[in-house]
Amino acid sequence: MIKALYITIGLSVLILTGISIAIPLQSLPALFETDPDLGLIVISELRLPRALLALVYGAILGASGAAIQALFANPLASPDITGATGGAALGAVTMAYLIGFASPLGIAIGGVSGAGIALALLLLLAGPRAETATLLLAGIAISTITGAGTALALALAPSPFAFYDAYDWLMGSLVDRSLTQLAFAGIPALAVLFYLTRCAPALDRLVLGEDVAEAMGHDIGAMRRNIIAATAIGVGAAVSVCGAVGFIGLVGPVLARKLTGGHPGRAILPAALIGAILLLSADIAVRFAPPDRSLPIGVLTAILGAPFFLSLVARMRWSARP
Amino acid sequence: MTSRLTAHALSISGRLTPCDLTFSAGSVTMLVGPNGAGKTSLLHALAGLPESCGKVLVDGDDIHALAPVRRVRHVAFLGASRDVRWPLSVRDFIALGLPDQSQPGHIEEVLDSLEAGELAGRRLDHLSTGERSRVMIARALVSRSSVLLLDEPIANLDPKWQLTILARLRSEADRGTAVILSIHDLDLARQHGDRVIVIDKGEIVADSTPSQALSEAVIAEIFGVSRSGGRWVRA
Repeated sequence: MIKALYITIGLSVLILTGISIAIPLQSLPALFETDPDLGLIVISELRLPRALLALVYGAILGASGAAIQALFANPLASPDITGATGGAALGAVTMAYLIGFASPLGIAIGGVSGAGIALALLLLLAGPRAETATLLLAGIAISTITGAGTALALALAPSPFAFYDAYDWLMGSLVDRSLTQLAFAGIPALAVLFYLTRCAPALDRLVLGEDVAEAMGHDIGAMRRNIIAATAIGVGAAVSVCGAVGFIGLVGPVLARKLTGGHPGRAILPAALIGAILLLSADIAVRFAPPDRSLPIGVLTAILGAPFFLSLVARMRWSARP
Repeated sequence: MTSRLTAHALSISGRLTPCDLTFSAGSVTMLVGPNGAGKTSLLHALAGLPESCGKVLVDGDDIHALAPVRRVRHVAFLGASRDVRWPLSVRDFIALGLPDQSQPGHIEEVLDSLEAGELAGRRLDHLSTGERSRVMIARALVSRSSVLLLDEPIANLDPKWQLTILARLRSEADRGTAVILSIHDLDLARQHGDRVIVIDKGEIVADSTPSQALSEAVIAEIFGVSRSGGRWVRA
């Protein structure tokens, strides 16, 4: 049963990757007819990186969301709601436009530090086992600060085109990224994914309470610091390449826990797979925008994700009623 | 009697002054003391939580040196919180107490022994506080560890369940386990313990048989109450 489910999920990833590479379909035969080499280049250097970026970014958002939710013992925590994504955007913008270190490495370092600072701030403000209201308020505060900070950094930037230039990236986009950029997002993401799945048993035992998990021999304090650092690295690096994409890190884990009987740690791997499927599907969907218009992928995930988030809040409220 | 747990220079900075303790197989030890006296701190230190200092040996093994999976066979700990954030099923929750997740073990058997067999398939967030307490005790019992450390296991329970749990813990001790629990009810501590440790302001002030440790003088001095005409009154 579980095996069949994983096979279904795996097949969906493969099929969607194929669709992502093939669309827009009509241009491919013409390309291959005129110049087969050019056709191959388009596929290997434009379309494949785009599909792979969607997969790794979606996966790291899903896995990080699941890990953060398990850590804060709260199903509403996620990279965007905790302000990590916004922090990464602020860090990357500051690095690129204010400090002027605009190489992929510089932007990645900015993104990782920004996400790390935002998460550390959240832990400081809300505490390790935050009530939903505290967590959301702290997250809103951090998101507001990072949003304003990003706007300020762009306004103060020496380049007069900074706003226009950064808009596409800030709203989230996977278009026209190079293989180098794919490596900058993908390698940290895979390493962090590997680490997070190894935390799964300890995160499941955290359900029993922090003291009980520690009595079982898990060093929860060290794990908390490591997971914060790991998600900052994974999400920060991905944001520095693809911009901020919201709600995947919230929706992925919630759906994944339906497959794991509610276990928050065990949900990390399925959350990564579901996150990958969601972002890849969203990236396929934005290609059906009206011709000559580009729909930022972050806008689409927000339009679809926000109602889901609201329904989750409402459900929690109703189930908490005496 | 063989000793199950030996602790040397056990302390928590600011909450527990250094002490040496030994607990033997088959014994039930009651930890009593006023609110904030350090009962939880002592249990945390005996469980080897990171905030504590000192050496804890269980069956001859230093528990700090044991890998997470092996530690579960040595010590089972029940915290004071009955709060559960994730809506797991009772069966899945108890399975988290097992050293090896792939072996379902004897979850049903433990639940049955606490007359909670019918709860196995229910979700934790749909249980009453008392039912949740019993499930959490079942989680601590399921690993059949050498030492049981329980922080107020019978708080939140009605008198019938208090006695049921205490009887169950006695049968656990009869299997050779060292059972150590904190408790507020001095009468139950006296009746059901082989040994009573009285703790006040982070220090052990009495450690003996129930009747000696809970003498009138100690109770009056530490708890500020005394017995008068069959009921407790403020001293």
